[in-house]
Amino acid sequence: MNLINHETVVKRMKPRLAKNSVTKWIFFTATMFGLLVLGVLLYRIFSQGLGYLDLQFLQSLPSRKPEQAGVYTALIGTIWLMAVVAPVSLLLGVGTAIYLEEYAKASKMTNFIKINISNLAGVPSIVFGLLGLTVFVRALALGTSVLAAGLTMSLLVLPVIIVAAQEAIRAVPRELREASFGMGATKWQTIVRVVLPAAIPGILTGGILALSRAIGETAPLVVLGMPLFLAFLPNSLFDMMTVLPMQIYNWTGRPQAEFHALAAAGIIVLLVMLIFMNSIAVLIRNKFQKRY
Amino acid sequence: MTRENTKSFSVQELIQEKKKKKSTAGIIEKLMPYILFLTAAVSVLTTIGIILTLIFETFLFFDAVSIKEFFTERKWYPFSESEGSYGILPLVSGTLKVTLIAAIVAVPIGLTSAIYLSEYASDRSRRIIKPILEVLAGIPTIVYGFFALTFVTPLLRELIPSLEIFNALSPGIVIGIMITPMIASLSEDAMSAVPNSMREGALALGSTKFEVAIKVVLPAAVSGIVASIVLAVSRAIGETMIVAVAGGSTPNLDWNVTSSIQTMTAYIVQVSQGDAGYGTTIYYSIYAVGMTLFVFTLLMNLLAQYITRRFREEY
Repeated sequence: MNLINHETVVKRMKPRLAKNSVTKWIFFTATMFGLLVLGVLLYRIFSQGLGYLDLQFLQSLPSRKPEQAGVYTALIGTIWLMAVVAPVSLLLGVGTAIYLEEYAKASKMTNFIKINISNLAGVPSIVFGLLGLTVFVRALALGTSVLAAGLTMSLLVLPVIIVAAQEAIRAVPRELREASFGMGATKWQTIVRVVLPAAIPGILTGGILALSRAIGETAPLVVLGMPLFLAFLPNSLFDMMTVLPMQIYNWTGRPQAEFHALAAAGIIVLLVMLIFMNSIAVLIRNKFQKRY
Repeated sequence: MTRENTKSFSVQELIQEKKKKKSTAGIIEKLMPYILFLTAAVSVLTTIGIILTLIFETFLFFDAVSIKEFFTERKWYPFSESEGSYGILPLVSGTLKVTLIAAIVAVPIGLTSAIYLSEYASDRSRRIIKPILEVLAGIPTIVYGFFALTFVTPLLRELIPSLEIFNALSPGIVIGIMITPMIASLSEDAMSAVPNSMREGALALGSTKFEVAIKVVLPAAVSGIVASIVLAVSRAIGETMIVAVAGGSTPNLDWNVTSSIQTMTAYIVQVSQGDAGYGTTIYYSIYAVGMTLFVFTLLMNLLAQYITRRFREEY
């Protein structure tokens, strides 16, 4: 006797299989939507901005006349900002990570620091701007200077660096530390000569990603009161400056189409910088990725 | 004899020297944990600084404006000299409008992308698609703001002629696109963590792939998925430059998404750009608004942490 009626099986399975293949295409299309938007965004910005992008654009000061305007001050300002953010945030972030991974014992205090860091990562960047405005610009009287902006940005990207450095340090195997202790090295010697060199690729990767986030952030600097339009270069840490995203924001806010084209050209410069930094990060990760 | 003498002498000297070195090394050894603790304390101090800053300046704001007015007044007109009105509700409604639109865009696209990447895509295509998708999350928000104002808004105005140049719809959609990769990536991680034995069990019982995804994997990963959505919404609430560029500066308490709005973040930007004198009520008002924003996002982040910790399924 035939227990399975082939026709019934086909009849019942058919809609379920059809549903399966239809939904598969729906899911695929949804995934492709994100990529499509990315493509449209890049195409729009490049087609709009390429016409204005030349050497003169990179070397000119901002101007009221679109055909003479450039991003020179903003580029130099971005470099100044990085000169503050990179050392400050790396020192603080790596120090915190070493403390948490190598020294801290499981206590309420340690737990509190860890929870605090993950919450800090979720605080909107504009709130960091309010903190910087009150503490650095007003209370410490740094004004809207390179230093105030750099310190604010450092605090903003600190959680990113801490988490990346923690993961890099955690990935260094115990055996390396034990071998170092076995040779008579002290804890600090072990950390400096064994753990940190092994963790440096991971730390650098995280550090570069954090820096590229700092390059693109606009909101905290606007809140600090940084000028959107500046026709001179900073000479010291206490001078005013402007950065690329703020220059772009300034141009975007004007009604004339020429300024929108300038904004697009500025965005291309910004994106090229970010792609450059990200590819360095990927390169470091691929080159030094060690499996223990 | 003399030879031995000098030898022992030099050993003693060596020991002395070594001891000296050891004492400086010992100081470093003892000092380092404290120095490192100080660097770790900076992040705690940052949080304390944020909270104290917001509280103190908000108190100064409430000297001039009553708390009742702040929470119940339905108008936000800080710039009118004679009868300034400080009711946060219009700013909150602007923020919620944008956030809601962003969620409507991001949740379905993010979830379906996550299902596709985790259940359907081959290893190779996942390795290609996921990083490209994550590029979307790394694009500076000012670039998204420019995109919203110069591309999405004109496009939408072709479809909806009554749409104003500044509106809630366009920045909402663009923020949705920005947070989609966050939902997709975190949900994909949660779904990939569901063990294969569960999928295989369901497949062996005759389920189709779609049924496995919806009836087995999705429920098993639900805590991670919900947490990813909550985090993404929190990001949308705090997003600044997109709404500052494309949302406008008209605080309105209504549910109209085609007209100009103002969010909490955009208000802070507007005041920071202008010359609100230090010490004026308008100056302090950005802290009160910032406080509200901070409390909103903090609650969301705590909720996401609670969900992942409380409802995590262990396999």
